[in-house]
Amino acid sequence: MTELTLSRAETKSVASSIAEMRRFEILKALAIFALVAALPIIVHDVYLQNVLILTLMFAALSQSWNILGGYCGQISLGNALYFGIGAYVTSMLFVGFSITPWLGLGLGGVLAAVLAVVLGYPCFRLKGHYFSIATIVIAEIGLLLVHNWDYAGAALGIQWPVGQDGWTTLQFARNKIPYFYLALGLFVVTWFVTFFIEGSRWGYWWRAVRDNPEAARSLGVEVFRSKIAAAAVSAFFTAVGGGFYAAFVGYIDPDSVMSFRFSLLFALPAVLGGIGTLWGPAVGAAVLIPLTEILRSYAGGSGNGLDLIIYGGLVMLVALAKPDGLLSLFQLMGRGRST
Amino acid sequence: MTSAQPFLQVLASGLAMGLIYALIAVGLSLIFGLMDVVNFAHGEFLMLAMYATFGLFFETALDPIVLAPLVVAIMFVLGISVYAGVVRYAMRAKTNPGMVQIFATFGLAILIQGLAQYFFTPDYRSIPNTWLGGKTLNLGGVFLPWPQIYGGAISLATFLGLYLLISRTDFGKALEATREDQGAVALVGIDRNRIFALGWGLGAALVGLAGAVLAIFYYIHPNVGGTFALVAYVTVALGGFGSIFGALVAGIIVGVVEALTTLILPPALKSVGIFTLYLGVLFIRPSGLLGRL
Repeated sequence: MTELTLSRAETKSVASSIAEMRRFEILKALAIFALVAALPIIVHDVYLQNVLILTLMFAALSQSWNILGGYCGQISLGNALYFGIGAYVTSMLFVGFSITPWLGLGLGGVLAAVLAVVLGYPCFRLKGHYFSIATIVIAEIGLLLVHNWDYAGAALGIQWPVGQDGWTTLQFARNKIPYFYLALGLFVVTWFVTFFIEGSRWGYWWRAVRDNPEAARSLGVEVFRSKIAAAAVSAFFTAVGGGFYAAFVGYIDPDSVMSFRFSLLFALPAVLGGIGTLWGPAVGAAVLIPLTEILRSYAGGSGNGLDLIIYGGLVMLVALAKPDGLLSLFQLMGRGRST
Repeated sequence: MTSAQPFLQVLASGLAMGLIYALIAVGLSLIFGLMDVVNFAHGEFLMLAMYATFGLFFETALDPIVLAPLVVAIMFVLGISVYAGVVRYAMRAKTNPGMVQIFATFGLAILIQGLAQYFFTPDYRSIPNTWLGGKTLNLGGVFLPWPQIYGGAISLATFLGLYLLISRTDFGKALEATREDQGAVALVGIDRNRIFALGWGLGAALVGLAGAVLAIFYYIHPNVGGTFALVAYVTVALGGFGSIFGALVAGIIVGVVEALTTLILPPALKSVGIFTLYLGVLFIRPSGLLGRL
C-alpha cells in the first residue's frame, strides 16, 4: 500500500507536470486555431467555404454534446430541441421585432439552459437507454408543437429578410467569410469551456459520475447536480449554435432544425472522433461533414439513395472498426514517436 | 345512435392498432432483454418486411395473408445475418459499447434506407385488391376495418405463441437462461452466440410479421420505418425494456391513448398524447410498467 501514497513533494511535482501539460495543450490549441483562421486566405471557393463553416459549426455543436454525453456520460439523443430553441428564438426576435441576433443567441442559450435544468429533474432519474429514449421523445414533442404553432410559421417556418447586411444583423449575403469566423469563434469558445471544465472540480466530478455513479456518490460527489450542470452548459451552447445556423442559412422550418437526424448529427462527430476527449468532436466533424456534403452534392442529387448507402455504411464501419474514435489513431502515432 | 358511439369507435380502433403496435415492438424488446442491445434499425426491418410483402405479391399475385409466413422466414434469416455481420462485432467493443451499438445499428438503418431508395425508388407503393383491404366490419354501429382486426388477431396469437415458446420449449428456456446470466449458460453447454443469433432471427421475424400485416393497409416507402420506430421505442420503454408481456400491455395502451388523443387534439398532434403519457409513467416508474432494473 505504501507505494500508492505520494509524498508532499511528489504530489507537487505531479501537479506541476499536469499544469505544464495543460499549458502545452493551450499553446497547441492556439496554434491550431491560428492555422484554421488563416484558411480563407487559400480557400476562395464559396462551396468549400460553406463546407468549412458547417464543419466548424458541427464541431462546436458536437463539443457541446460531448460536455454532457462524453464527460458526464449522459447520452442525449434530443439535442435538436435546444438547437431548435436557439434557431427559433433568434429568428423570431429578429424577424418579428428587429432585435439583433446577438441578443437572440444569448437569450436562446439561456432559455435552453433553463429548460435543460427543468427537464433534467425528471429525466436524470432515468438510466441508460431509458434516458436516451426519453430525450428523443421530448425533442419529438417539441418538434410536433412547433409544427403546429402558427405564430412561429408552423410547418412553413421563418424566412429572414434580405438586404440588411452587417455585423449587428449577422447578415452577409455576398461574402461568407464573416460566418466562417463566427463559426470558428463558437468552436473556440466551446473548446475553451470544455478545457477549463476538464481541469476543474466539476470536470472530475462529471467523469466520476460517468464512470461509476455509485462510487462517485459514496465519495461525496453531487451526482444529480453534476448532471444538471453539464446539461445546462451543453444546452446553452447547442442553442447558440442553433441561432448561428438560423442567421447563416436565413431560413428555418421545424424539420430543418429540430428533426431527430440533427440530434444524431450532434453526437456522431464526437463518437467518431473520440467521445469524452477535447479534440474528438473536431476530428469527427472534420471527417464527417465534408464527407456528408460531398456525398450530398455528387451522389445524392438524383435521390437514388447512393449517398445514404455510402454514408450509412461508413458510419457502421467506423463504429465497428474504431470504437474508441479516430483520435486514438493520432494518439497511437504520437506514442510511437515519443518512445 | 348513442353519444357513446364515437367513444366506442375510437376505443375499438385504438385497441386494434395497439395490438399491431405491440407486435411491432415485441421483437425490439425481446432482443434488448436478451442482450441489452437497442436496435436502431428496427424501423428499417419493418420497412424491409413491407417491401418483401409487396415484392412477393408483385411476383406471385398471392394475397399478403398467404405470403406472411414467407416474409417471416425471410426476416428470420435477415435477423440472423445482421447479428452475424454487424451486432456480433459491435458487442466486442471494449470502450463505450453502448455508443458503438447505437451507431453501428444507426449506420445500418441509413444503409438500408439508401438501399431501399436505390432499388425500390422513393415512390409510395400499396398493394391493390387484397382480400381484406378496404373492407370493414359493422359491430352495432362501430366500424372496424378488417385488416386491423386481422392484425390484432395475429398479434394476440403471436403473443400466445411466444409465451408458449418461452415457457415450454428448450429454446425458450435457453433464451431465458441466457438473458439471466450470459456467463453461466456457457457452463451448462449453451452456445451463447447461437442463442443471440436465434434471438435476432426471432426478433426480426416478429417485426416481419407486423410488416406483412401493415403492408395490407399502409403505404410502403423507404422512410416508413421511422414513423413506427419511435412508437416502438416508446412502447418498449413504457412496458419495460425486455419485458414481453410489458410490450403487449404498453402497445395496447399506446394504441388506445393515441386514438383518444384525436378526440381532443388535432390529428397532427396525435402522438403528443402517447409521448406525454410515456414520460409521465417513466417519471413515476423509471424502468417502465413491467420492467426490472
